[in-house]
Amino acid sequence: MSFNLLANNIEVCKNCDFQMIESALANANRFDTILIKGGTYKVENLVITKPMVLIGSENAEIISASGDEIITVIADSVSISGLTLSGVTTSYLKERSAIRIKKKKHFAIHHNKILNCFFGIYLEHAKNGSITDNTIIGNATTEAESGNGIHVWYSKRIKIERSQVEKQRDGIYFEFVDHSTIKNNLSQFNKRYGLHFMFSNNNDYVENRFLNNGVGVAVMFSKNILMQSNHFSNNWGSSAYGLLLKEINDSKILNNTFEQNTIGIFVEGSNRVTYRFNTFKRNGWAIKFSGGREENIFHQNNLINNSLDLLVNTKLSSNEFHHNYWSNYSGYDLDHDGIGDIPQYPVKLFSYILDQSPEAIVLMRSLFVDIINFSERVSPVFTPKEVFDAYPLMEEIHDTSN
Amino acid sequence: MLQILKYSFFDMIRNRWTFVYMGFFLILTVALFLLSNDITKVVLSMTNIILYLTPLLGILFGSMYYYNSEEFIELLLAQPLSRNAVFTGLYLGIASSLSISLILGVGLPMLFFGALSSPELPAVVLLLFLSVVLSIIFSLLSFIIAMKFKNRIKGFGISIFTWLFFAIIYDGIFLLILLLFKDYPLEKATLGLTVFNPIDLSRILLLLNLDESAMMGYTGAVLQKFLGSQLGTYMILITLALWIIIPFLYILRIGKKKDI
Repeated sequence: MSFNLLANNIEVCKNCDFQMIESALANANRFDTILIKGGTYKVENLVITKPMVLIGSENAEIISASGDEIITVIADSVSISGLTLSGVTTSYLKERSAIRIKKKKHFAIHHNKILNCFFGIYLEHAKNGSITDNTIIGNATTEAESGNGIHVWYSKRIKIERSQVEKQRDGIYFEFVDHSTIKNNLSQFNKRYGLHFMFSNNNDYVENRFLNNGVGVAVMFSKNILMQSNHFSNNWGSSAYGLLLKEINDSKILNNTFEQNTIGIFVEGSNRVTYRFNTFKRNGWAIKFSGGREENIFHQNNLINNSLDLLVNTKLSSNEFHHNYWSNYSGYDLDHDGIGDIPQYPVKLFSYILDQSPEAIVLMRSLFVDIINFSERVSPVFTPKEVFDAYPLMEEIHDTSN
Repeated sequence: MLQILKYSFFDMIRNRWTFVYMGFFLILTVALFLLSNDITKVVLSMTNIILYLTPLLGILFGSMYYYNSEEFIELLLAQPLSRNAVFTGLYLGIASSLSISLILGVGLPMLFFGALSSPELPAVVLLLFLSVVLSIIFSLLSFIIAMKFKNRIKGFGISIFTWLFFAIIYDGIFLLILLLFKDYPLEKATLGLTVFNPIDLSRILLLLNLDESAMMGYTGAVLQKFLGSQLGTYMILITLALWIIIPFLYILRIGKKKDI
């Protein structure tokens, strides 16, 4: 019985034993380290069939010669780092990507740069891996001709941290992915969603920033999601949201900041979701609820200088709105306990009208609209009577740690 | 004409109502700044007030001044002066004095509280500009009304109604139309309808420049493309200019035909 316990280092460069990455891969043993020295390498599809460590030193650039996929991993325990990958072109037949992990586990993809590629990192049926400190910058011009930055499909226990994704179709895409963490990433200027996930349960999204994306972030058909301390801003457009929630159950949305989005959160069906300590600032609409939802808890949020705070266009039942700070609250606090003495009715008649007839937006802030809003507030006819904050806070919440 | 302009300008300057007018805006702006140091908020509050008050005050001052100087106008018209010169001079006198007191009343506190160094400077300038434009337009309308109706009570009544119409009733009818025909594509109609109301035009121009454009995004396609673009801004400015030119020419026409 012989174990090859000694992993070798194999170097690839112009003057090394191996000038081609392909030949180094072919000659490497299991668990060897391949060190790719500075230089530009034109390659066809590199298939990694053994566990190994692939390290690029500074200026190690790998370019896809024919525009096909660059690295395909079909082995467990592969680490890829320090590489600059580019040249994967758009294909309408195959989802080509710079790095693909196929049905394997225990991988680490870190400190890579992926430039102008169709798909960036593509995981299918992968498990227990991490994608950290990568920079993925695409050149997406239209939604149809571009691919996703980090595409994860049918995977489990994936960690994506400190990565930056720009100008792809979706920044980060999850479908059927469970028990994963997305933390501390920056996703911006993507054509469609900064983060897009569907049918992915028990995941955590923490401390990410989603800026200037075509349509913001979409979260659909999932449960047990934790979204905490994320920043959603500058998602503007006729159908742009900071965050789109569609059929989300049993989740928590905490400490997030929504700034300058056309709609901060658009909720289409969500049950038992807790919204707490979020700050909505200068959005067109802070939150828009539509479709059936039950037992949502919305408290201790800040709603500051939004054009309109809330729209609810169907009947709400058993939802709790309380202890929020509304910057347009016009009540008083006679006993100085920090809680306004009269309830805040956040749904204005004008937001109801806008929902019916979006063109009415040109009348925003006009005296007539102020008058009808006022008369509706005095005696609600169209807007739901049951949506109100009985304990509006007088001061903005700054300390959101507890 | 310049002589008449000079006369009516100084006459207005000496008028204590001009000072009340200036003082009102001065106190208002200072008060808003004392309530909140955030210039963005002040500009937003000013927007609401200025958009509705300058037309009202403009239209009232205009008709008041015209009715008060009716005898003087008769005297002037008896002189060998062209009617155009008389009415232009009178009108420019009141328009310039109104504009100056407005600019001083709003502009001085803004300057004092640091508008020049704030990022909201373009919005402040636009606000001042639009308030001047609105007082010009509405004092023109008041002249037309005063020239058409000799009866003061009737004139004042119609002046106030004109203001009420543009400030509130028009938007109500507008909204009614939008809701009645909501099943049809209304974007072009909406654009068309805004053109006929200078207050709406000014409000939209201000909104577009006050970071509320996030909302405009919601309406999608035509409105955003048009209103949000440079072209849209120019179109609004041109329409506002037409709102000045056409009533002005109309005043000259009435002036020529008017029996004294």
